[in-house]
Amino acid sequence: MENIAKYILDSRKEDWRLELRKSMKAKERTSLEREAMPAQDPHVRNKNSEEVNLGFTEEMAIVEAHRCLDCPEPTCTIGCPVGINIPTFIKKIESKDFLGAAATIKETNALPAVCGRVCPQEKQCELSCFYTQKLHKTPIAIGHLERFAADYERNSGKMSIPKIAKSNGLKVAVVGSGPSGLAAAGDLAKLGYDVTVFEALHEIGGVLKYGIPEFRLPNDIVDVEIDNMRKMGVKFRTDFIVGKTASFEDLSAEGYQAFFVGSGAGLPRFMNIPGENYNGIFSSNEYLTRVNLMKASSDEYDTPVLYGKNVAVIGGGNTAMDSVRTAKRLGAERAMIIYRRSLEEMPARIEEVHHAQEEEVEFMNLHSPVEYFADENGRVNKMRLQKMELGEPDASGRRRPIPIEGSEFDIDVDMVVVAVGVSPNPIVPHSLKHLKMTDWGTIVVNKETMQSSIPNIFAGGDIVRGGATVILAMGDGRKAAVGIHNYIQEKVKAG
Amino acid sequence: MNKIVEKEFFSENVAKIVLEAPEIAHSRKAGHFVIIRIDEKGERIPLTIADGDPEKGTITLVVQQVGVTSAKLLAMNEGDEILDVVGPLGHPTHIENFGTVLCAGGGVGVAPMMPIVKALKAAGNKVYTVLAGRTKELIILEDEMKQHSDELVVMTDDGSYGKKGLVTAGMEEIIQREKVDKAFVIGPAIMMKFGSLTTKKYNIPTDVSLNTIMVDGTGMCGACRVSIGGKTKFVCVDGPEFDAFEVNWDEMMMRMGAYKTQEHAAYEKYLQTVEKGE
Ligand SMILES: Cc1cc2nc3c(=O)[nH]c(=O)nc-3n(C[C@H](O)[C@H](O)[C@H](O)COP(=O)(O)OP(=O)(O)OC[C@H]3O[C@@H](n4cnc5c(N)ncnc54)[C@H](O)[C@@H]3O)c2cc1C
Ligand SMILES: Cc1cc2nc3c(=O)[nH]c(=O)nc-3n(C[C@H](O)[C@H](O)[C@H](O)COP(=O)(O)OP(=O)(O)OC[C@H]3O[C@@H](n4cnc5c(N)ncnc54)[C@H](O)[C@@H]3O)c2cc1C
Ligand code: SF4
Ligand code: SF4
Ligand code: FES
Repeated sequence: MENIAKYILDSRKEDWRLELRKSMKAKERTSLEREAMPAQDPHVRNKNSEEVNLGFTEEMAIVEAHRCLDCPEPTCTIGCPVGINIPTFIKKIESKDFLGAAATIKETNALPAVCGRVCPQEKQCELSCFYTQKLHKTPIAIGHLERFAADYERNSGKMSIPKIAKSNGLKVAVVGSGPSGLAAAGDLAKLGYDVTVFEALHEIGGVLKYGIPEFRLPNDIVDVEIDNMRKMGVKFRTDFIVGKTASFEDLSAEGYQAFFVGSGAGLPRFMNIPGENYNGIFSSNEYLTRVNLMKASSDEYDTPVLYGKNVAVIGGGNTAMDSVRTAKRLGAERAMIIYRRSLEEMPARIEEVHHAQEEEVEFMNLHSPVEYFADENGRVNKMRLQKMELGEPDASGRRRPIPIEGSEFDIDVDMVVVAVGVSPNPIVPHSLKHLKMTDWGTIVVNKETMQSSIPNIFAGGDIVRGGATVILAMGDGRKAAVGIHNYIQEKVKAG
Repeated sequence: MNKIVEKEFFSENVAKIVLEAPEIAHSRKAGHFVIIRIDEKGERIPLTIADGDPEKGTITLVVQQVGVTSAKLLAMNEGDEILDVVGPLGHPTHIENFGTVLCAGGGVGVAPMMPIVKALKAAGNKVYTVLAGRTKELIILEDEMKQHSDELVVMTDDGSYGKKGLVTAGMEEIIQREKVDKAFVIGPAIMMKFGSLTTKKYNIPTDVSLNTIMVDGTGMCGACRVSIGGKTKFVCVDGPEFDAFEVNWDEMMMRMGAYKTQEHAAYEKYLQTVEKGE
């Protein structure tokens, strides 16, 4: 971390930066208003699957970049889990060196087009920006600028492919192709390893593909990154479940020296309340997978999905927002969020909550379902809700929801999506008897090296954290790549 | 891509398909299944691995045409390729020497029963097998089953072959003359429900293999959930085999009908386009 801080400060001393800083007074910079992200009209977009945000134009990006003060102590970088050199990339945008800005971001973040779109910036980089902390003004739109630089690079057709060390012929397996696996694979390829990514599903990308909808993260964007990795020599095997299709032992026997496990938290939780198995009640994973991965809402595709007029989505996270907005797009008249705390405690990205509100999603906060009812065919037709109030803060620091006795009432619903969280995917732990696990089913690792209790197995992302964010998963993958490199080098040295 | 190396019709609507899938052929055990997707626009559907040959690197599926995907699959030929095949999924069947075992297979449930009968026999059990179907044409894999069973009884609803009667009649007949220690019942949900009611009468521990709707097959979606002993379980990762007496059959059958209207409409449309194409 110290090295990063020094590097970030050193880059600030370069001549072009000094000049740029002098070209405009700080007062003038802070008097500029934050550029608003252009977006599709809410009443149009809630009927299509196109991306909601349209992206900054070059002019907007340059204006926004002018706001950044190029602080002597750029606190923003501390808020970014992968330590992106934020002031440098923003100043490159200000000086119209858009490709340079993208290159700066890519020094530490392999998927900037993704993170620019899905990071919870308001809790990370933008939260610790000088504007938020000291000026109490809206922060620099770091996420939007990151997205701009990444999109500019992609559209320019001049995507840079990172330098790859000479092949060392050593094989490493990556289990799971979500952000943690992709990040680990990319860095290992750069170090010269022969990397194969094994993915259980038929598509590469993990949650980026099957979970997060097109209107928030178009698949093309993920695919371009994956193509880039192919060019870097990373191999991909879809329809391959490590621990089932072949065991870790089988793969070790084929010469894989080490494994990175990024198998995610793909086990949906239900609430175990009466009637939860009626038809028309989905986990968010099932609903989003049918629509995103299987394209069930297109006539040309064979997979079916149900359509609801009155759709209730249980939960207040990103998954709940994605589900409710998908239901709205698929024709729901009422698309409701049922959340047991209040708007303030919602874990979803703030932008998604705003977008959902604009798209006429109804928010029933401080409510929780207690029972479901169905028609004679077993299709859900009613749910019983109980009102909640907030008590003292709990272990998570959020105020605990307390049911209000006798406050139950029924509403009509014909579809329900349960988005109350996920648990770690148990396939890998089940196939490795001696792997040390926590009581919550996550893999225990050394936080610096990401090494598990089995020396040649490293892990990161949601299987270690139990449901976190894209950028944290990627950070883990990168750390693990270093851990794996050191582990293998030592093994090679020892002969 | 997985190439079809052999295809053989057992009846108008049921065919055996042998596929190239070397890793799965190597790892599979009795009771495992795969999920396949025929092409880019296809649905993911689960199918039991009826047999496998690790040397040749092939697995055998037995498929009954019930809707669009199974129809498309049966319309494919030797040499054609299936886009996605993933597995082996689920827990393998728990095989041991139980003593005397009764295996009752109905309809296409005979296919998943095949590897189980084979493994039970190899483990030293005395195996009684009942094959049942509506009519003669629907009785499949009779010779293969006979080869691994001590005795084989065939039942048809209409009496066109074997004995006339439901699967349960064939089961009772054996239970009444032999001391049966364990039963396996696999077939359509309704047949498993009544088959296990029969064995319950005689207190014979019984396993069934559930064929719920699935999407991923890895525990990720919960589409396959059923109530087992009052608890929600995922068939793809907790099963597919369960203690028959614990299954909430009515809920399971209800859940299998979740997409009935859409499936029927899609199938009608498919059959029409096929007719037009000819
Ligand atoms: C709907 C939804 C919306 C979200 N929105 C946001 C957001 O806006 N911002 C944000 O930062 N985070 C968001 N998240 C969380 C974020 O997506 C995850 O934290 C992140 O994807 C975790 O990455 P991962 O690499 O650990 O695993 P995943 O992305 O879960 O990928 C794991 C992959 O491993 C595969 N796999 C599992 N087991 C095996 C095996 N044995 N062999 C082979 N492959 C295997 C799985 O099929 C899967 O593809 C969202 C999550 C969801 C579900
Ligand atoms: C673990 C497991 C193993 C299976 N093994 C086999 C096998 O070896 N051979 C085989 O032919 N089938 C097997 N099945 C069933 C098979 O997956 C379904 O028949 C298939 O998904 C139907 O797809 P479809 O598009 O052709 O028909 P759909 O359009 O999906 O269904 C058409 C109609 O068929 C009926 N149907 C739907 N799903 C099922 C089902 N799961 N079982 C019975 N009837 C159904 C319904 O009435 C439905 O309306 C298995 C299922 C599971 C879960
Ligand atoms: S990666 Fe995320 S946290 Fe880091 S700068 Fe980009 S948007 Fe902010
Ligand atoms: S803290 Fe804010 S204003 Fe300062 S350098 Fe970072 S982004 Fe720019
Ligand atoms: S099929 Fe998705 S969890 Fe079983």
